[in-house]
Amino acid sequence: MERKTKVTAEANKQEIIITREFDLPLELLFKAYIDPEIIEQWMGSKAVKLENKKHGSWRLEKKDAQGTVVFQANGTIHEFVPNQKIIRTFEMDNTPFGVQLEFLEFEKLTEDTSKLNMHVVYRSVADRDQYLQIGMDKGVNMAHNQLQKVLEKLK
Amino acid sequence: MELRRDVFQAIADPTRRAIITLVALHAMTPTAIAGNFDSSRQTISKHIQILTECELLEQRQNGREIYYHLNPKKIKEIADFIEPFRKFWDDRFNKLESIMKKYRTKK
Repeated sequence: MERKTKVTAEANKQEIIITREFDLPLELLFKAYIDPEIIEQWMGSKAVKLENKKHGSWRLEKKDAQGTVVFQANGTIHEFVPNQKIIRTFEMDNTPFGVQLEFLEFEKLTEDTSKLNMHVVYRSVADRDQYLQIGMDKGVNMAHNQLQKVLEKLK
Repeated sequence: MELRRDVFQAIADPTRRAIITLVALHAMTPTAIAGNFDSSRQTISKHIQILTECELLEQRQNGREIYYHLNPKKIKEIADFIEPFRKFWDDRFNKLESIMKKYRTKK
């Protein structure tokens, strides 16, 4: 499958840039970021609070089947321009990972395609590198399979 | 002062990434690599040197010519570091995309 999501994490920098092109009109892409029900479907966490406006705040919560909260995250919205950009902070509760600053830019490519540019800034290079490892849990098996294929081609 | 170079610095540069892509296809001489770029031979040599220092490229002597090969072990090191994170976001965004496609047809 084509790799649509690109991640840039240069050495000795405290930022990550994630870009992705979607087969979706800009308005639908943006809606996926501001509608609490839709957020729950793709992020797996419920938006128990989401104030889509400048100086608003948000809170995500994920519960297991028994109703125990297993994941919480929160932040404030610094700037909110519909179909253009969201600037916000993101922090996970009860973890050693500190707060991060996110610049989300939404861009129309064609009537039916759009692009998201996500620029995430961390407090330090060490924080950033630690954060990069989080993806491990979910992605590691599939990533290895993928990589195996690439490496076999190189041989 | 000696600069500490690691693989991540090596791939931060677009020309060096392009060299990696070229050599990934087949082993090449420095002249053949430089032939693919508008930059001077010297500039490309410098890039090749950095990639070699970081062990992304390996030299092999073949007769009178030196050929550069890709070092898959080192490439894997880079991929292992970033790939799980990328995969995590790719999965999420794939989900977002399919949910919104359904959402559109429902409307």
